[in-house]
Amino acid sequence: MGIYAIRVPDIGEGIAEVELVTWHVQPGDMVAEDQSIADVMTDKATVEIPSPVAGKVLALGSAVGDTIAVGSELVRLEVEGAGNLKENSAPAPVQQAQAAPVSIAKNSPPAAAPTQPVALAERAVAPAPLRPSATPRSAPAVARTAGERPLASPAVRQRALDMGVELRFVHGSGPAGRILHGDLDAHVASGGQAPAQGPAGYAERHGEEAIPVIGLRRKIAQKMQESKRRIPHFSYVEEIDVTELEALRAKLNQLHGATRGKLTVLPFLARAMVLALREFPQINARYDDEAGVVTRYAGVHLGVATQTEGGLMVPVLRHAESLDLWACAAGIASVAEGARSGKAARDALSGSTITLTSLGALGGIASTPVINHPEVAIVGVNRMVERPMLRGGQVVGRLLMNLSSSFDHRVVDGMHAAQFIQAMRALLETPALLFVE
Amino acid sequence: MTKEITTKLLVIGGGPGGYVAAIRAGQLGIPTVLVEGERLGGTCLTIGCIPSKALIHAAHEFERAQHQAGDSPLGIRVQLPSLDIAQTVRWKDGIVNRLSGGVGALLRKAGVQVIKGWAHIEDGKTVRIEPADGEAVRMHCEHLLLATGSEPVELPMLPFGGPVVSSTGALSPETLPRRLVVVGAGYIGLELGMAYRKLGAEVAVVEAAERILPGYDEELTQPVLDALEKSGVVLHLGCSVQGFDEKHGVHVRSARADEFALPADRVLVAVGRRPRSTGFGMESLQLDMAGRFVAVDAQCRTSMRGVWAIGDLTGDPMLAHRAMAQGEVVAEVIAGKARRFEPMAIPAVCFTDPEVVVVGRTPGEARAAGFDCIDAAFPFAANGRAMTLEATKGFVRVVARRDNHLIVGWQAVGQGVAELAAAFTLSIEMGARLEDVAGTIHAHPTLGEAVQEAALRALGHAIHI
Repeated sequence: MGIYAIRVPDIGEGIAEVELVTWHVQPGDMVAEDQSIADVMTDKATVEIPSPVAGKVLALGSAVGDTIAVGSELVRLEVEGAGNLKENSAPAPVQQAQAAPVSIAKNSPPAAAPTQPVALAERAVAPAPLRPSATPRSAPAVARTAGERPLASPAVRQRALDMGVELRFVHGSGPAGRILHGDLDAHVASGGQAPAQGPAGYAERHGEEAIPVIGLRRKIAQKMQESKRRIPHFSYVEEIDVTELEALRAKLNQLHGATRGKLTVLPFLARAMVLALREFPQINARYDDEAGVVTRYAGVHLGVATQTEGGLMVPVLRHAESLDLWACAAGIASVAEGARSGKAARDALSGSTITLTSLGALGGIASTPVINHPEVAIVGVNRMVERPMLRGGQVVGRLLMNLSSSFDHRVVDGMHAAQFIQAMRALLETPALLFVE
Repeated sequence: MTKEITTKLLVIGGGPGGYVAAIRAGQLGIPTVLVEGERLGGTCLTIGCIPSKALIHAAHEFERAQHQAGDSPLGIRVQLPSLDIAQTVRWKDGIVNRLSGGVGALLRKAGVQVIKGWAHIEDGKTVRIEPADGEAVRMHCEHLLLATGSEPVELPMLPFGGPVVSSTGALSPETLPRRLVVVGAGYIGLELGMAYRKLGAEVAVVEAAERILPGYDEELTQPVLDALEKSGVVLHLGCSVQGFDEKHGVHVRSARADEFALPADRVLVAVGRRPRSTGFGMESLQLDMAGRFVAVDAQCRTSMRGVWAIGDLTGDPMLAHRAMAQGEVVAEVIAGKARRFEPMAIPAVCFTDPEVVVVGRTPGEARAAGFDCIDAAFPFAANGRAMTLEATKGFVRVVARRDNHLIVGWQAVGQGVAELAAAFTLSIEMGARLEDVAGTIHAHPTLGEAVQEAALRALGHAIHI
C-alpha cells in the first residue's frame, strides 16, 4: 500500500490559484480512477478535479471556501502499490493564497463556525489550515418566549411583588433580557404600557446568521468591488420610443414565431448596439489599466448579464455582429442556459467586449449598471411602459422604454457616450434602419 | 380542665421551617406560638444535617491522622491514632445542644412562645397540645402553619430496633460496629457509610438501583464511586434486601436472583424519608394532597383557608434551606406583605468525600426541558489550590443557554465544593450570563477559580486548560 497525493492541477490560462467550492469525497471513501473528487473555481469557471488513480481517501487538504495555490496538495489517497509519496512524509502545508479566505464576523455564534477540514487520525498530520478552533462566542439578547419565567434578581422580584407588578409584562433591558430596577420604574412610570422601544404588539425578532461569502458569491463580490474601485463610472439614461419597434416585433413573431421562435426585445437591442458601435470603436473595447492599453475589437462579443441560482453571471455571445435576429435570440438563450445549468464552457464565460443587462419587467425607470471590468461600457434596459405623448399637437399613446448605461470615463468621453446612445436610439426608433447596412 | 390559649399564628414543628417562620413572624409583630414535641431545631439540627456533618468531620480528621501515621508525603509524622467514639458523640452532642439552645434564645428574643408537647389538630383553627408534663392546652389560632417535617422510611423486612438503625441511631453510636451494612446508596447512606468507613468499620452498601446517588448524573458521581472503591467500601448495586438475622447478617438478593448474606453487627437503613403527615390529626382537615405531600401554592397556602404548610411536608427537595425560605415567606404573607416562594434554584449538597453540589439544571435536565444548552467543566486537577489541598479529584461544570448564555445550572464534585454552592446559586438567582462570571475576578489561589474557568471554558477561552 502506498500513499498518493493529488495536487491541484495546472488548469492553464496562467491561473495560479483556485477556490475550493465542493468536496465530492470524504475521508474513508473509496474513489475510482477518473472519479471526480472536488470542484474548484477559477476566475473563469468551475472545474471538476478527477482522481488519476483508484484508492481510499485518507485526508482532505483544505476546507470548502479556501483559496489554494496550483500545485498544493488537495487530497491524500491510500493506493495499491507504491504511491507518489514516502510513507511518513508530512504533507506540504497547503499554500494559503489568502491568509483568511473566509472572514466570519467576530461575534458570530459557534454554529456558523467555518467547516473544519477533517484531521487524519492515522497519520495525525492532516494539512489543516490554521483557524482558531474556539471562536469567542457572545450572546445576542433573546426575547422571552411564551410561558418562560421572567429573569430578574431576587431584589427586583421582591420589589415587583411589593408594587403589585407582574414581571411577565415588564420589558427586560438587561443582559439576556434581565429585568432591572430601572425597567420596573419605567414600567410603572408608563402606567404599565410597553416602553416605546419595546414590542408594541408585535414580537421582536432576534438572531443572526453569518453566511460565508465563498464561491461564485465571492467572485461576484470581488468583480463588483474591482469594477467600482477602478472605474470612474459615467452613467447616462435616455428615453426611447419603442412603439415602432414593438409593432415590428409583434409582426415578426406573428409571421415567424411558430417556426423560428419568438423574439424578445434583446436581439433588436443587440443589433442596434452592433450597428452603433461601428461609429464608436472606443466603446467596444477592453481597458488593461495596469498596462495602460485599450484594446478595441472589430467583433462584438456581447456579455449577457444572467441571473443564476448562485448569483450573477455574464456568459458571452460571440460575434454578435454576425448574427441575425433569430440567431441572436437563440444564442442569448443558449449562453444564458449554459450559465444557469453550470455547464458553460470556460471560454463561454470570458472575453466579452461590452455587456447588455436587462431585468425585463422588473427593469424600473432607471438603473446604474456596473461595468464588467475590463470592459468599458454596459447598457441596461429598463421597463417598457405605454404613456401619453404629445405628437404634432395630439396626445397619443406611445410605448416608451429607458436605456440606462454606464461608461468608463477614463477612456470614454461623456460626449461620445451620449452620441453612442443617441445612435442606438435613432436605430431603435426607426427599426427599418436596423436592417440597412 | 384544659387551658385555653388564643394566638394569631400557631406553628407546629420547631425544625428549620417552623422556627424560622416563628422568628420572622415574631419580628413582624405577629403573636406566635410554636409547638415542638422534641427538641428545637428539628431533624436538621438534632438528628440530621448538623450532627451528621459533625460526625463526618470527626471521621475525616481521624482518617487524616491515620493517613499521616503512615508515610505522609507532607512530612508529618504522628503516632498511630486511636478513637474514643463516646467522646466523639459527646462533642457532637455539645454542638447540637449549643445550636438547639441558640434557636430557643432566638425565639425568645423574637417574642415567640414555645410550648413543649405534641400537637393534635382538632380543626383548622384549634389544636390540642399534650405536654410531656403539665396540663393539656387547647390553642385557638387564626393561622395554622404545618411544619412537621419528615421521618426515615422503614423497610418492612428490616424494622428499626436492635442493630437495625435509622440515620438517627447511626448519628449517636455507643460503640463502633465492626461490620456495617448500609441499605441505600443515596446521599444519607453514602455520607454516613463513608464516615463509618473512615472511623474504621468495614462497610458494605446495598442499593436497588444500578448506580450510586441515582439522583445525579454519572459524570458527577464517578469521583465519589472512585473514592468509595479506594476507601474499601463494598458496593452491592442492583441488589435488594430480604431480611436480617444476627447470626448471618443481612440477606441480599442480586439482580440475577442470587441470594447471599452480608455479615453485619449493625445495619443502617437509609432508603429515603417520608413526610410526617399522620398521627397528629391532620387527616381530619381533608387537605388537598400532591401524592404523599400536602399540596401548597406559591405562598405555601394549603387548600384550607388559614392553614399553611412548609418544608418536607410539602414536597421535594426535602432540604432544610427550602423549608427556611418557605417559613420566611409564610410569616411575611401573614404580616400582609406580598411574597411568593419562587426560587430560580435550590442548591443541593451531598457531603460525601468528595462532596457533590447541584444547583439548577444539569445538561441532561436542560435538554429534557427543551433548552438548547452548552456546558463546560473545569477539572480541579488544573487548579493550584486543589493541588495544595491534595484534592485534585473532581470538577466544576456550568450549563448555560446557547442563545443568550444565561446560566441555568452548576454542578461540582470535589473536596470542599459545598462552599461553592453560594456562588452558584447567587449567579442563577441574579440571572448571570457566562460573561458575568467569566468577567468577575475570582481570588487566587482558591477552588473558586474553577468556577470562573468553567464559565470561560464554556465561552471557548479558558486560560488554565
